[in-house]
Amino acid sequence: MIRVEGLKKVYRNVHALNGVSFHVKSGELFAYLGPNGAGKTTTIRILTGLTRLSGGDAWLNGFHIERDTLRAKRQFGLVMQSINLDQELTLLENMDIHGRLYGMTKALRRSRIRELLGYVDLISRRDTIVKRLSGGMKRRLMVARALMHSPRILFLDEPTVGLDPGIRRRIWGLIKQIQHSGTTIFLTTHYIEEAEFLADRVAFIDNGRIVALDTPSAFMARIGKWAIDLIQDDQMKSIYFKDRKEADSFVATHRGSYTLRRVNLEDAFLSLTGKKVKN
Amino acid sequence: MAVYLREMLLLRRRIKRLILSMSVSPLLYLIAFGYAMGKSVKFGGHTYLEFLIPGLVAMSSMTQSFAIATDINVARFYWHIFEEFQAAPIGNVAYVAGEVLAGVSRALISVTVILTLGMLFGVRLHWLSPLFWLAVALNSFVFASLAVALAMLVKSHADQSLLTSFVITPMAFLGGTFFPVDRLPHWAGQIIWILPLTHASRAIRQAAFGNLPGPSPYLFVGITGIIFFIMALKCVNQARD
Ligand SMILES: Nc1ncnc2c1ncn2[C@@H]1O[C@H](COP(=O)(O)OP(=O)(O)O)[C@@H](O)[C@H]1O
Ligand SMILES: [Mg+2]
Repeated sequence: MIRVEGLKKVYRNVHALNGVSFHVKSGELFAYLGPNGAGKTTTIRILTGLTRLSGGDAWLNGFHIERDTLRAKRQFGLVMQSINLDQELTLLENMDIHGRLYGMTKALRRSRIRELLGYVDLISRRDTIVKRLSGGMKRRLMVARALMHSPRILFLDEPTVGLDPGIRRRIWGLIKQIQHSGTTIFLTTHYIEEAEFLADRVAFIDNGRIVALDTPSAFMARIGKWAIDLIQDDQMKSIYFKDRKEADSFVATHRGSYTLRRVNLEDAFLSLTGKKVKN
Repeated sequence: MAVYLREMLLLRRRIKRLILSMSVSPLLYLIAFGYAMGKSVKFGGHTYLEFLIPGLVAMSSMTQSFAIATDINVARFYWHIFEEFQAAPIGNVAYVAGEVLAGVSRALISVTVILTLGMLFGVRLHWLSPLFWLAVALNSFVFASLAVALAMLVKSHADQSLLTSFVITPMAFLGGTFFPVDRLPHWAGQIIWILPLTHASRAIRQAAFGNLPGPSPYLFVGITGIIFFIMALKCVNQARD
């Protein structure tokens, strides 16, 4: 559904992407996980036509993004990291203009708006000016707007950044629902839990390169099932164990405080790149 | 069409403020210059007020259609809504045409405001002449297209204000709006004749006086408009970083 080959981007002298390749299957939820400045937004901006690429190729549902631009653009909906709604217009007007941009008929626009605003629980607010909505509501409206023209692919750039944990979970539920309705989802995040909870496959991106790409469970299986965090020589350290028995036998010989926990994606990222995602 | 519609929805929401702001400066000019000069000053058989109002029409249709650049930039750098258009499957022509049309609509509203003010001051000219409105529309087309082109090229909102003060403000004063161009020194006259506003304001004034302006100003302004429009089409691609 999304095919990316050797994507490169150079801004003046910043190498934002150094040859990124991946392939997202139809119906898959693919997460792009990496620290700030890794190149996540740049990848989405190139795939959606907002930024010119410096090298490489990309296809969306078979349409090349540079050679077959208009058709490639019909394949996706886009939710950017920063709020990009028309703040002085109502929810309905925001949705309607989007529908018109994609050439939808009036009847189709009307039914789709009702359906989607219901879906994201904003139907009672349809005539409110967007300015008056809360951050979580704006985010949901952006998701609804992106789905307006029933795209095959949905791009989500850090969809829950800056939201409360409760609202974040609600958006996660929404994203899962969208995936179950058959949409392919490409999501970027710097929240480990988000990728771990949502993604079928995760690509770790760092410094404009994909460092590793696998399913969350495969990543975790690579390093073990259990982890013990402890302080050693004034440094926080994590030790990984294949199973609980190994961990227990370590604990038996260990003196001092420690935390025993399940291995998570953060551990996988740490062991692959030598650094934390959040910095 | 969606691009135009969006601008019109926004315009509708701001219409009161906009009309108010569109009336302020013409009103000041009318009072200050109109009464100060009084009935004593005459240019070619017309009172200064009769001379001034078509000039204000030309100036206002220019500044108001050019103001679309500010709206585009606010949408682009502040609200990021330009991304919606960039990601949508619409061609550059659809985008540019939508914005230019919005600029022209805005200009036509401002001209209506000025004519209403003019009537309050008792100035009666040939306001219904199609040639008058054609000149107004072409003048707006030129500056709306230029606005879109420049809005695509600037890298920040501050650049935009700079351009406005360097391009539009001097032209507003020199383009035959406040005084006849032939009163200027020779070298200045030469420069002024390459400004589209000079031609537009001449045609607008002639038509308002009930004369036949002749085709050349229309051609000059129309061709300039088409050149700017094509420039704007090319510049849309430049807006991708
Ligand atoms: N418009 C731009 N001009 C110059 N450099 C940029 C621009 N956009 C992004 N960058 C640089 O490219 C790199 C990747 O940025 P980005 O893709 O936004 O990262 P992420 O979304 O993963 O946080 C960063 O080093 C950033 O500073
Ligand atoms: Mg980003």
